[in-house]
Parts: sequence; C-alpha cells; structure tokens
Amino acid sequence: MARVLGTSIKRREDPALITGRGKYTDDLKAEGMAHAAIVRSPYAHARIRGIDTSAAEALPGVLAVLTARDVAAAGIPGVVPVGWLLPDLVTPAHPMIAADTVRHVGDAVAVVVAEDRYLARDAADRVAVDYEPLDAVADVVAALEDGAPAVHEEAPGNVAFDWEIGERESVDAAFASAAHTVELDLRNNRLIPHAIEPRAVLASYDSSTGEMTIHMTSQNPHVHRLLMTLASLGMPEHKVRIVAPEVGGGFGSKIHHYADEAIVGLCSMKLDRPVKWTATRTETNLTDAHGRDHSTHCAMALDADGRITGLRVDTAAAMGAYLSTFAPAVPTYLYGTLLSGQYDIPAIHCHVTGVFTHTAPVDAYRGAGRPEATYVVERLMHLAGDATGLGPVEVRRRNFVSPDAFPYQTQVALAYDSGNYGPAMDRALEMIGYDDLKSEQASRRDNGGKQIGIGFSSYIEACGLAPSAVVGSLGAQAGQWESADVRVHPTASVTVYTGSSSHGQGHETTFSQIVADKLGIAPEAVEVIHGDTDLVQFGMGTYGSRSAAVGGSAIVKSVEKIIEKGKKIAAHLLEASAEDLEYEDGNFRVAGSPDRSLGLGDVALQAYLAHNYPDDLEPGLSATSFYDPANFTYPFGTHVCVVEVDTETGSIELLRYAAVDDVGNVINPMIVDGQLHGGLAQGIGQALWENAVYDESGQLVSGSLMDYAVPKIHNLIPFELDRTTTPCPHNPLGVKGVGEAGAIASPAAVVNAVVDALAPFGISHIDMPLTPEKVWRAVNS
Amino acid sequence: MYPAQFDYRRAGSVDEALGLLQEHEDAKLMAGGHSLIPMMKLRLAQPPVVIDIGRLDELKGISEAGGSVRVGSLTTHAEIAASDVLAARCPVLAEAAGHIGDAQVRNRGTIGGNIAHADPGSDIPPVLVLVGASVHLQSPSGTRSVAAGDFFQDLLMTDVGEDEILTHVEAPALGAGTGAAYLKFEHPASGYAVVGAAASVTVQNGRCTAAGLVVGGVSATPTTVDVSSLVGSDLSDDAIAAAASGLDAEDPIGDIFASGDYRVHVGKVYGKRALAAARDRAS
Repeated sequence: MARVLGTSIKRREDPALITGRGKYTDDLKAEGMAHAAIVRSPYAHARIRGIDTSAAEALPGVLAVLTARDVAAAGIPGVVPVGWLLPDLVTPAHPMIAADTVRHVGDAVAVVVAEDRYLARDAADRVAVDYEPLDAVADVVAALEDGAPAVHEEAPGNVAFDWEIGERESVDAAFASAAHTVELDLRNNRLIPHAIEPRAVLASYDSSTGEMTIHMTSQNPHVHRLLMTLASLGMPEHKVRIVAPEVGGGFGSKIHHYADEAIVGLCSMKLDRPVKWTATRTETNLTDAHGRDHSTHCAMALDADGRITGLRVDTAAAMGAYLSTFAPAVPTYLYGTLLSGQYDIPAIHCHVTGVFTHTAPVDAYRGAGRPEATYVVERLMHLAGDATGLGPVEVRRRNFVSPDAFPYQTQVALAYDSGNYGPAMDRALEMIGYDDLKSEQASRRDNGGKQIGIGFSSYIEACGLAPSAVVGSLGAQAGQWESADVRVHPTASVTVYTGSSSHGQGHETTFSQIVADKLGIAPEAVEVIHGDTDLVQFGMGTYGSRSAAVGGSAIVKSVEKIIEKGKKIAAHLLEASAEDLEYEDGNFRVAGSPDRSLGLGDVALQAYLAHNYPDDLEPGLSATSFYDPANFTYPFGTHVCVVEVDTETGSIELLRYAAVDDVGNVINPMIVDGQLHGGLAQGIGQALWENAVYDESGQLVSGSLMDYAVPKIHNLIPFELDRTTTPCPHNPLGVKGVGEAGAIASPAAVVNAVVDALAPFGISHIDMPLTPEKVWRAVNS
Repeated sequence: MYPAQFDYRRAGSVDEALGLLQEHEDAKLMAGGHSLIPMMKLRLAQPPVVIDIGRLDELKGISEAGGSVRVGSLTTHAEIAASDVLAARCPVLAEAAGHIGDAQVRNRGTIGGNIAHADPGSDIPPVLVLVGASVHLQSPSGTRSVAAGDFFQDLLMTDVGEDEILTHVEAPALGAGTGAAYLKFEHPASGYAVVGAAASVTVQNGRCTAAGLVVGGVSATPTTVDVSSLVGSDLSDDAIAAAASGLDAEDPIGDIFASGDYRVHVGKVYGKRALAAARDRAS
C-alpha cells in the first residue's frame, strides 16, 4: 500500500467550508434563543459613578440588563483569571463586568439581552453610564514613567512583573572585552489578531438539569471549560459542555478566556434561555487580546573574528489593562529563552518588565514571544554583519551552532534537541541567486533611482510547549501534554478523538493520514472528532504549533497500543505467539509464515465478538493515550526577502521572498506550505502594514479595517518555499511545528531588506511597520 | 454592526424617488449601498428612511452624446472600467474606476453614489474635475448641471440639494493629441487613495498646447494644480517636475498613515509621474 504520510491529499474539511456549509457558532440557532449586546466603556480609564438601565429595560423585547451588581448577586466567582504565574507577579482582579473602574476602551460595564440582536443593540445604546473620566496611559514606555496614571493600585509604577534570565555579569564582561559592539532601540509593534470569524458564543443553560452547553469560538474547549467553571461561573465542571464548532481562525486570540463569553453564560443562567453573542469587528478589535507591543534596548558584543561573545536585552512588554490567560509567559519564557537564535552565544542576559497599560490585554498571537525574540536577534545580526564587515551571510554562518554540537544547551534555559543550520542558508542563497542580486544592487546604487535590498532571517523556534513538569516549574497552571482516544470499529474503520481542537489547520485531514499510515488503511476510513468536551477526553487544544508534534504523537501512541493488542488477538486466532506477529499494511502476520495472517478487520471483529478470545484480554479495540513530550521541538530555517524601495516616496515593493524551513518530517506538504504562506502574510504584514495605534487618551485609532491594514492578496507576492529535513529525535513522527514559523521569521527578513536597500543613506533602523512616510522621512533626515 | 431601525422604500422611477424624498425628511438615497450601509452599520448614519434607487434603469448606462460621454449615475465602477465608449473617448475615467476597491466593490458601487458621498480619497472626483465634466441633477422643479469643479464643496459635502437626485455625469471626450493618466497611491487598509493624481497633456505639432493636473486625497476636495507653465514647453522631465511642484494645500488631510506634509509631497511626486505618463500617451 502506498504511503499516505508525506503526501498532499486534499483537505477533507474544504468542500463544506468553501461551499458555505460549514457551521460556525453564529450559524447555530437554539429554541428560544435570545441575543446579548455588551455595553462597553468609551473611555480608557474612568470611574463609574452610576449606571441607569431603566431606559433600556423599558424597550419592549428587552429581557434583562445586567451589571456588576448582578454578578455579585449571583454569588459566582465572577472573574477572568490569569493562567500563568511568574514569581512576584502582580495579579489584580479582572472582574467579568467592571464594577467601579473601567481600564480600557471596550471594558464591559453592562450587558443587554433582548429578543433579537438589533433590539439588543438599540437597548445597549440606552444604558446610561455616568463616567468620571480619569487620566490614562496607553503607551508601554509612558506607563513606566514617574507619575504615569496607575492602571491598578496594586501595581506601583504599572509594573506587573520584573523578570530576568541569563547571567548579567558574564554579559558585562563580554562587552568589556568586545572588538565590535552593535546596539539598537526598537519597538515591536502591537498587532490585532483579526481572525476572519469574530468571537462568538451560544450559551444554553437548562435549569431542569442544571447543565449548560456552550458553543463558542475556542482553540481549547477543555481549558475554556476549566477556567469558565472554576473562576467565572462557579458551575461544576461536569455540568458544563463546551463545543467548538467550525472555528474561523484564531492565531492565538481564541486560546484565551474572555469576560464576554462568561457574561453570556451568566445571562443564560439568569434567563434560563439560550443566549447568543457575536462580536462585531469593532468589538473584536477592542477586546481580542492583542499581540507583541514591546519596547526593547538590545546590544550584541562580538570578538575580532566576528564571533558573538555576548547579548544583552532589556524589554518593556505591554500587558494591557488586565493579565490575559497566558500573557505573563509570552514576553518571558516564550521570548527570553529564544534569544540564542541559531547561534552559539556564550553569554546572554535578558531583563523584561511587564507593564500594565490602559489598553486591550496583550497575549499570545501567532508566534507569541518568538517573533519578538527573532526580531531582536536577527536585526542585531544584520548590524553585526555591517560592523564586522563580514556581511549578513558570513556573520551568521560563523556563529551557527555546529551540527555536531546537538543537543545544544543555550545560556537561556532551552536545550535544542537537533539542528543543522548551514544547509538551509545554502539553499536559500541558491534559490535567491544572491550574487546576481548583489551586483544588481551595486549598479542601482551607482545609478540612483529605486534601490533594492536583500534581508536575511535565520530563525529558531521552540514549539510544542513541553514537557508538563518543566512548564509547571515555569509557572504554567496547566499541563502541556495531549490526549488521543483511537477506536477501531468492528468493521475496521476508525474514529479518533483528539484533544487537539482544530480551528482551520486541517487536523481532520492530517490526523487521518497519521492513522491511515500507521494502520495501513485508507484515510477515508478514519474519522477525526475534536472540539467537544462531552465527546472528547480532556485535551489541551491547538496553539503554539503543537498539534502535529504533541497531538499527532498521542495518536501514534494509541495506534501502537492497538497494534499490540491486535497482535495478541491475532496470535490467539492463528495459534501463534504474539511475539512472532508482525503488523504491516493492515495485516497481522506470523513472521516467516506469510500465509498465516489476519486482516485488521478480522481482528477488530473478533475483538468485539470476543467469542474465540484470549482469556486474559479485555474485549474491544481502542486505546487512549496522554502523551507528554520530552522536550519542545525546534524548527528552524533561513528566509530571504528582496525589496525595492522608491526613495522618492518611501514606498516598498516586495520583489522576492524565499523561505527554507526545516520542520522535520512532513505529514501533508500542501498543508505545511499553507501554514507557511499564512504565517508569512502575517509576518510581512507586521513589518509593512499592521499597527494597533492608541492615542494619548487611550482611544484605539486603528480600530477598524479602514485604518488597520491586514495584508490582502494583491499586497503579497508568490512565495518561494523549500525545506531541509532534520527530524525531531524525540517524538514518534519526527515532526516539528510549522504554524508559526512564517510569522516568526519574516518581520526581520523584511526590515533587514529595507535597511539594506537604504544603507547608502546611512539608515540602520526603522521601526515597524515600515510605512512609506517613515521610510521617506528616514531617507530625508 | 447592526444598524438602527429604518424604513426601506424602493423607488420605481426617478419621479417616484423625488416624491419619496419630499415626503420623508432626512431620508437617504441608496444606490449601490457601498458608502451608506457601512456608515449605517456603524450607526454613524441613522436615516429614518432609506430610498433605494438602485434598480432605476433610466439612471444606468454609458452613451455618447455629441462630443461628450454621458454616464448614468447608477453605472457601476466595473462597467465604467470596462467601457469601450470610455476607452475610446475618455479612457482616464475608466482607468480611475478600475482602481476603486476590489472586484466585488466595483460590481456594486456606482459613480453617482461615489461622487455624492464625496470621500476625499475617492478615485473619481479628481478625474471629473480634470476633464471638465458636469454633474447633472434633477429635482421636482427641474434639472440643472454643475461643473465638477464646483460640485465638490467640502469633506463629504457636495452641491446636491436635499430635494435633488444625481442623474448622470457628462464627460467631454479628450481632444486630439491629448493623453491622460490617473495614478494612485493606495491606502493599505482602506484601499482609498492616499493621493490620486489625474493629469492630461495635449501635444500638437510637437508642442504642448494644454496641460492639467488635479490631485485627490490631499485636501477635502480635489486640488487643481496650475501647470500652465507646461504650455509651450518641451515637456521635459524637469519642466514637468517644476510644474507639479506647484501643488499647494492650505490644510492638508493627515491621519495615522500619512501626515498632511507627506501627502503634499506624494501629491507632487505622483502629479509629476501622472503628467509624464500623460505626456507619453499624448500625440
């Protein structure tokens, strides 16, 4: 039978999705369903003096108007918790509905439930909130200044945490004896995730059973159930079912537990009716957890040969008004630990201050900490190439961790399990035609006019967050394993129940390929079930590029258990010893006796009949596994971007983008390429266009798609992709993550290309996004 | 994105639409709905009545009339962009229409709705001013026409009266030896023009006899640049650059993407490039 692993079979999810038959949360209707509209603060910071709900309540068709008072009266915990703790983390309460103070534009102050969503919106406009506006601070640097308005009384100076990793003294020593040093002050721009499907929830409470079913836009239904019941609604976990139907993208924004979903749950409990809420795009932009928003000073020391001797990083990272679910982990353990990049750096120190601001919370967004780290390292490498005279290619090569040095222990906690960085660089240079581009660049520099630049980004990422004991020691209030229940039916078709809940990645296709390959059956014979806490055993969900590496490995573990059990059943039927049996292409065979074999179907049927069956074996043919990996996986690669800069206007045109990625073994090349395309679009978007801008009063001035530029297809160019393959040594598939690679690598590649184009103008840095005006001003200053 | 409550009326004729306008105070006319509906969804506009004129065939279509091209107000951007008549007589209008939004927007949005909304980043207004088009309006008391240069009064404000419907636009055919071009500096989010430069150059017997430049996006209304210095010139790059540098705006538009100063600068650069493209097309 032909191998199905590693082939680009088409996504089984797509026919329904592209013909409009996918059922998303907002498509669902329940008998007696009412609609919620949430009243939100128009101020970034204000005291609530009073709320008059009478005019809203007076509208016919309005069922309820709830405020913080109703949350308190309900006797529920009523808060939105943080799920990752750091030493000395300040954790101010985040009430589901603001009681006396609002802390960002969009903070929920009341909710209206009505018979239809138009009426709910009309009534929401009639809720009169008496605000006393207070001074606000939206900027991460301004929030740290003396006298800045305080976001929380419990957090003096707006500091949420102070965290460091590495050794300051050895870095100081490296700088003291450095032959070359480069340094940079940079901003990593705040981004809004912009999943195409806004967040939505349909909560259906039934007082006759005390049960609640919540359909919602979730990347991790079990985690949402845990947080929802434990911290917000106070319901018993077994009385709540969370279902994630089709989910239209998330990029991290649907990992987090938000106030809104809990508010809608409370509405359903109060009214004993199903209640639906779907965020408008405006609400999405104001309340989805944003990404990035760092201010960083960084410096690198090198010796006379261009070898890095030290790296120093000091970052202020915005947390926003409240600590979102995994927010404290993002600029610390997912950032500081990545600062060694692909390089053998003997001394690294990173200090991070987590900062409260009067803005939407900041949490994991595609890449989560790793794009920020890669940007720091790869911008510095570009400058180091200039400062040493080695250029961007040689300075990187000279510092790559040597292929024989793995496993490689970095100075910032991570131990890279595998890697081979040179070949990816070689291939990228070959694809892009580097020497020809350099001559073209030289002639343009001589002739004036539009300039071209070539930018590199040799990135590393750590994904498939693991193992549980390690992340627990770092503050995670959750495990980082994954579960899989694989059930072989009597007719040998298979259903897989995975804890890894898909929100567009194609798990159903990919996971069916894994099972089909391991069992030697057709992918069509495998059904994949996910995203429902009543159907699926506890699972951790989909984020951090973990589904294939962790979720896929859990499936393999279950399939292995099934094969082992099947061997015992087959051995009994064939009157052989189980040790003598082999499993290949869907058949159990006695080794050395090819005619003594049984198909998977024969064995599966007998497993359920149990008529002629081993005495010491339970009937049935299914297996559940909880797979806790030994380590992260470490994808890497080199990306090269070529741009043309119109120096007269500052406009940037993408000319080429070549990416060589090593994501280990590949299950479905088409899906892997698709993940890279999406990640590249978002990373290039960050570099050139995307920017969440708050004004000084804390208003989000890029709050709509008229001002916030999500990349569109005509803004981009065909990407040139290739791969090297260094399998992950510690998981059974040899796979690594891929979902975030494009977003991690590309911002630095683009910025390095633009800076390279503008080198004749003495420009060494421009902050993202590289809007034409910024580029033009840099050229003319 | 749920609009406030409103009544919907569909007009079966221009006369009926005019009657409905008289009947309902603060009513809004809707053609393709691409400007009005987003405003209503954001509740920035809350008209009590929307009068849908989108199906009035009498306001659709492109035809030649004497030395002009008549474009009905309900003609879509897609139809304008693909029009053979305009390609032959006033290709710069088709060129600009092809820059609007994306294919879906161009299939729905209309020239009448576009110019009645009068967004400063719209692609059509500078072209209409450049070519000396006239805008035709009808009210219960009769019809009138207004020069495009007078039609656009301020940010989102035009000369359309409360009792009037915009029926069509008349654009003079470009004369012999005239080349024209529209160049757009697109906003990466909205797709509107940060700057849109419309230019024309007429060359007769190897000499420039007329030239025009109108820049959109820089100010609330299209900005006409005095490029008369090009008449009689050799249309050299230097002469063109000098002429385009005459762009001036007292109170240029600025936002988080592009400041006023920068818009004026880009207006000069795009003005220069549009003039050069027009020159290359002239003859």
